Amino acid sequence: MPAAPPKPKVEVARLPGDEGDVLALMGRLTVARAATLEADLVQAMAGDAGPVTLDLAGVERMDTVGAWIIHKTLRDNPGTRLANASEQASRLLAEVSAADRLCAVRPELDPFWQRELTKLGLYLVQFAQTVLAGLGFIGGTIAGAWRAATSRRGVRWNAVLVQVEQTGVNALGIIGLMSFLIGIVLAQQGAVQLRQFGAEVFVVNLVGRATFRELGILLTAIMVAGRSASAFAAQIGSMKLAEEVDAMRTIGLDPVQVLVLPRVIGLIVVMPFLAFYASVLSVVGGGLYCWLALDIPPAAFVERLREVVPLSDFWIGQSKAPVFGAIIAIIGCFQGFQVSGNAESVGLRTTLAVVQAIFLVIVLDAVFAVFYSALGFN
Amino acid sequence: MPQIPPDSHTIEPVIRVHGLENRFGDQVVHEGLDLDVMPGEIIGIVGGSGSGKSVLMRSIIGLQRPSSGTVEVFGQAVHGLDGDEMADLTRQWGVLFQGGALFSGLTVAENVQVPLKEYYRLPEALMDEISGFKISMVGLPIEAGPKYPSELSGGMKKRAALARALALDPRLLFLDEPTAGLDPIAAAAFDILIRTLADAMQLTVFLITHDLDTLHAICDRVAVIADKRIIANAPIAELVALDHPWIQEYFSGPRGRAAAAGLDRGGTDATHPFEKAG
Repeated sequence: MPAAPPKPKVEVARLPGDEGDVLALMGRLTVARAATLEADLVQAMAGDAGPVTLDLAGVERMDTVGAWIIHKTLRDNPGTRLANASEQASRLLAEVSAADRLCAVRPELDPFWQRELTKLGLYLVQFAQTVLAGLGFIGGTIAGAWRAATSRRGVRWNAVLVQVEQTGVNALGIIGLMSFLIGIVLAQQGAVQLRQFGAEVFVVNLVGRATFRELGILLTAIMVAGRSASAFAAQIGSMKLAEEVDAMRTIGLDPVQVLVLPRVIGLIVVMPFLAFYASVLSVVGGGLYCWLALDIPPAAFVERLREVVPLSDFWIGQSKAPVFGAIIAIIGCFQGFQVSGNAESVGLRTTLAVVQAIFLVIVLDAVFAVFYSALGFN
Repeated sequence: MPQIPPDSHTIEPVIRVHGLENRFGDQVVHEGLDLDVMPGEIIGIVGGSGSGKSVLMRSIIGLQRPSSGTVEVFGQAVHGLDGDEMADLTRQWGVLFQGGALFSGLTVAENVQVPLKEYYRLPEALMDEISGFKISMVGLPIEAGPKYPSELSGGMKKRAALARALALDPRLLFLDEPTAGLDPIAAAAFDILIRTLADAMQLTVFLITHDLDTLHAICDRVAVIADKRIIANAPIAELVALDHPWIQEYFSGPRGRAAAAGLDRGGTDATHPFEKAG
């Protein structure tokens, strides 16, 4: 055989031999050169039908991909022989020919319309199941509350306090900042419109009524849904994955009483305070804007606020807070308990918790608006 | 069996760790750790929980920058390479992480193709054939190819991860507790698989394990991490004879004796998984 070239690469040389042609392979038969090697071999094998011998004497290094291509050539061209294969090469060839099975890379898919219909059907079934399971969960929570109230152990007030701290006290900064800025934006946008009628002083009505009745509580609920519904779903979900929930049951602890009730009670307690706090900071923001941009001094602002905002607005806003708190907490815990299988499902359920909590908060807010309007509070 | 040359000083080690020190805050994990791994050998790394076996592996494959010391793989210092040089180096090794670390959004076959697609431009048909025979080589049924990792059992996940680690035909294979969490039959079969592949593909294997059966069955040498460094590095028969309390307790405790006895019953190599498992 000729000496190996200085820069080794695959070369397929065809030499006439006594018993048919000899294909001499040289250089490295590795994955790095697999594409050219395969093409070269196919080309060299094509043409005449005489028996061919593959001579591996010049091969420096062979890996499984190189062996696979040799194996394929032998398999697809019956009568082809192999010569001068090193012990290592023979071993590799044996290994890959034993593994000669083609497998699908991706799962088979149904036709497009069938897939879409299946998706729609699955979605509807899932929707119905979620609604039913959610109603069941609300029932289970109420039953758990009853059991807690009548049991010797009672409600776990320490856990409730922890939740009040995490969902309420720790949220003060972000909710305060958000409300303050919303107050400023509301006053500024209102002033731009009302200035056209020379009625800038009505900015106070706008800020005062909108915040206490609607925006303070609604925005707080959305922020809490984003912060706490997700946290509840992730906490309970990862506990469920780690079999902590099952461990609780075996010790005789009721997961509803230990995990769900403290969160629900905590949010019911904390939401009215957060809503009030948010409304006040919103009004402060609006008042600041009025003072700096519209020259309405704080004393006049407060005076006017007391004239135009009926106390009923405050109570309407406050009455919604515990309901929103309960629904956010229940959705978060519910989705946490729906976690199963793997860590991916925690992420999915956390997202669902936030989306559903915000959606339900807005739906309930609309219901409240219609309800209180019908009662004559305008 | 092993291709350790009689005079190993003339041969360059594949992995050379010298004076390695790893510390996390006040906690010192390694201090003055030296280790050489010779080409073609299967080296088992043992040590108590928290002794830094995985940290050692992460230091060698460049995921963990050591506080001091040098790590050379194939004669190149791992820490201090730029992006392209590191990519050239990483494609020469395959890593099997403890949990498999398969990409969950891809099927098994696609997982195997990820490194191939990243480094080489191969025809689609050849790529599919390669993933097919790699999947068969690690002993998975071909039905596993189009499945997603979440649909596989623990043992199948490990095999699929091994197929991905072997996708580029590396010369060096890192295995982090390959048999942990497998039943004894599957673990013994996995041992044989590693030995067979290592022999056929002339692999050097760096194997972290707690499995005494694995150590007895397939390791050419065993390195023991204790007291923040490698306290012994020898074939297991010599190791058992060493007079170090931790080593004695590890290999001569009830489980160590059982594993050694099982090996004697099963023959000198791991070709009898069922006897070993019994």
